[in-house]
Amino acid sequence: MSDAPILKTADLRAKVTDEEIEILKGVDLEIRPGEIHAIMGPNGSGKSTLAKVLAGHPGYEVTGGSAFFDGQDLLELETDERARSGVFMAFQYPVAIPGVSIANFLRTALQARLEDGDELDLFDFQDILLERMELLEMSPSFAERAVNDGFSGGEKKRNEILQMAVLEPALAIMDETDSGLDIDALKVVARGVNTLQKERPEMAVLLITHYQRLLNYIQPDFVHVIVDGRIVRSGGPEVALSLEEGGYREYRQLQSTVSAA
Amino acid sequence: MPTNEAVQDIGLDDYKYHFITEDEPVFRSGRGLNEKVVREISAQKGEPKWMLDFRLKSLDIYNAKPMPTWGGDLSQLERVLGDIFFYVRPQERMERSWDDVPANIKETFDRLGIPEAEREILAGVGAQYESEMVYHSLKEEWEAQGVIFDSIEDGLRNHPELFREHFATVVPPGDNKFAAMNSAVWSGGSFVYIPPGVELETPLQAYFRVNQEQMGQFERTLIIADEGSRAHYIEGCTAPVYSTESFHSGVIEIVVKPGAHFRYTTIQNWSNNMYNLVTQRSLVHENATMEWLDGNLGSKLTMKYPSCFLVGERAHGSILSIAYAGNGQHQDTGGKVIHAAPRTSSSIVSKSISKGSGRASYRGLCKVYEGSTDAKSNVECDALLIDEAARTDTYPYIEIDENQSTVGHEARVSKVGEEQIFYLMSRGMPEEEAMALIVRGFIEPIARQLPLEYAVELNRLIELEMEGSVG
Repeated sequence: MSDAPILKTADLRAKVTDEEIEILKGVDLEIRPGEIHAIMGPNGSGKSTLAKVLAGHPGYEVTGGSAFFDGQDLLELETDERARSGVFMAFQYPVAIPGVSIANFLRTALQARLEDGDELDLFDFQDILLERMELLEMSPSFAERAVNDGFSGGEKKRNEILQMAVLEPALAIMDETDSGLDIDALKVVARGVNTLQKERPEMAVLLITHYQRLLNYIQPDFVHVIVDGRIVRSGGPEVALSLEEGGYREYRQLQSTVSAA
Repeated sequence: MPTNEAVQDIGLDDYKYHFITEDEPVFRSGRGLNEKVVREISAQKGEPKWMLDFRLKSLDIYNAKPMPTWGGDLSQLERVLGDIFFYVRPQERMERSWDDVPANIKETFDRLGIPEAEREILAGVGAQYESEMVYHSLKEEWEAQGVIFDSIEDGLRNHPELFREHFATVVPPGDNKFAAMNSAVWSGGSFVYIPPGVELETPLQAYFRVNQEQMGQFERTLIIADEGSRAHYIEGCTAPVYSTESFHSGVIEIVVKPGAHFRYTTIQNWSNNMYNLVTQRSLVHENATMEWLDGNLGSKLTMKYPSCFLVGERAHGSILSIAYAGNGQHQDTGGKVIHAAPRTSSSIVSKSISKGSGRASYRGLCKVYEGSTDAKSNVECDALLIDEAARTDTYPYIEIDENQSTVGHEARVSKVGEEQIFYLMSRGMPEEEAMALIVRGFIEPIARQLPLEYAVELNRLIELEMEGSVG
């Protein structure tokens, strides 16, 4: 785990497009292959924004700083290019694509990764898909359903995890900002991440979560606390445990001290 | 898509294709519509007197009826109609050469992967279709079962009684101005008869027949599905129909006798200068089922509302339609269901996609006559807007004279959302691909009803149409 970082951000700043106020006010983060990082923070701290900015959501604009992914300037890449280079974001609330089956969706996503003129072999694809579904203990019929159309919270998570399994990203960003209520969905995510990381230990994971609960199921290597658009504390799993007890209050106080200074 | 100039460049009256030989006089009617033209058409076809009388009576009705003011914009139509030939002999139309077909049409054929032999047919320049052999063996099989699948002219000639018994009973000339026009000048189209109890596995495809008789500007199709029969008829295909004419007005009549099950599929993609005004109607008897599957792409204006007149108890009608309105196009389409017997049921599912300055209108009628107890009808309209400028509107007419009936109507308009595009792009799909996948998903409920090769072509065609719609 002493390789070069797969993701490195320095003083990363961003705002909502068409608005003035910065939400990210300088985020420094280094993630190496195989590491699991958790980003925790109170509501409105910017943690979900960080996920979206890294994935290239058009609703956000980077106002300063840098982000490098696997040596490339991430901010220069379009959303789809980032995905093809190995960034994957599991959505908190993924949208439905009616009439498009999960299998068709994934086939299109894999096809997009091939060189122009290369055709994805349908039998190969079927093999990959079935093998991945088996690994995740999913029924093959699940892939025939239209993407997120009428899915329960748990099914949506299952779908995100399946996509992650098939697309094999170098960095998986899990946006679980406020999924604290749905314990079932949480377990799906945790089991998925653990299974896939066991299989591909080089995969780096960035978990974005409000609650400590998810971390009962996934053991992070590093925990960062983000408050008001900045990482105010980084450390090992013990940081999350102290949050469990004290909440974010002390960080808020810390933050106001910093702001006042 | 062809520009108007590209289409006009070919010229309807380009003299170099007028080969006049002594033993095959070429016939071409004068411009515009009048009694002389109608008489000439009838004489050219060697028709019985009753048909000539029918045509002349229809011409009177046509002249008496005002131009419709509802639906699409027909204000330029009078001018167009004064300028067209109402009858051109099929042989003559085939004289055009492949070299005359505009490059953009050829390119579309290329990108759709349409085989050479078919391209020529589709462009109206071909004479032979390589799968003619396939068609012949099918035809023999059908004939052995008593199925008639002929040109409308041969139908009238060879099956005069059957023809006369049903012709114009479903769409009488007085129905609307364009039905009257078609009744006066019809030429080309199919005559189909399925005997009682005969079930056909393979769809009857008009496609196989077009090499013999070019698809006409005023085609007329008459289909009779006799008691307990079951069949599927497919008209047209998704490749662009290239035509120098700028006006198309067909009439399709279908009689579905008791217990029969008939499906009529038409996917048409007209060049952008075309007015496409079609009357498609079926008469559905007791325990019978009629299904229309109707796809409309291209044209300047399409007005087309496939209809089911449910006249027998427990008759069922279903209309599935898909329309794509690109720049400068207006698709005014939908469906009509008329419940005139107890326990009849119907469903209309209409989907439209509008892009750029395109406009898709759903216009539908659900009428339940008194006495049609326990009639059930459900209408679903679903419109997808690709960008901000695109337009869609819904005109559902519902008339219910029977209290003991259930009619449901649901309309939805959706825009391709930023979140959907972002989701797909975050999985590695380029923006155009993402857009195309969303649209494919949108039309999937209709595409899955199509035979596979048509579904594939429809998808590819819409993707081609969508190109350049991003960014």
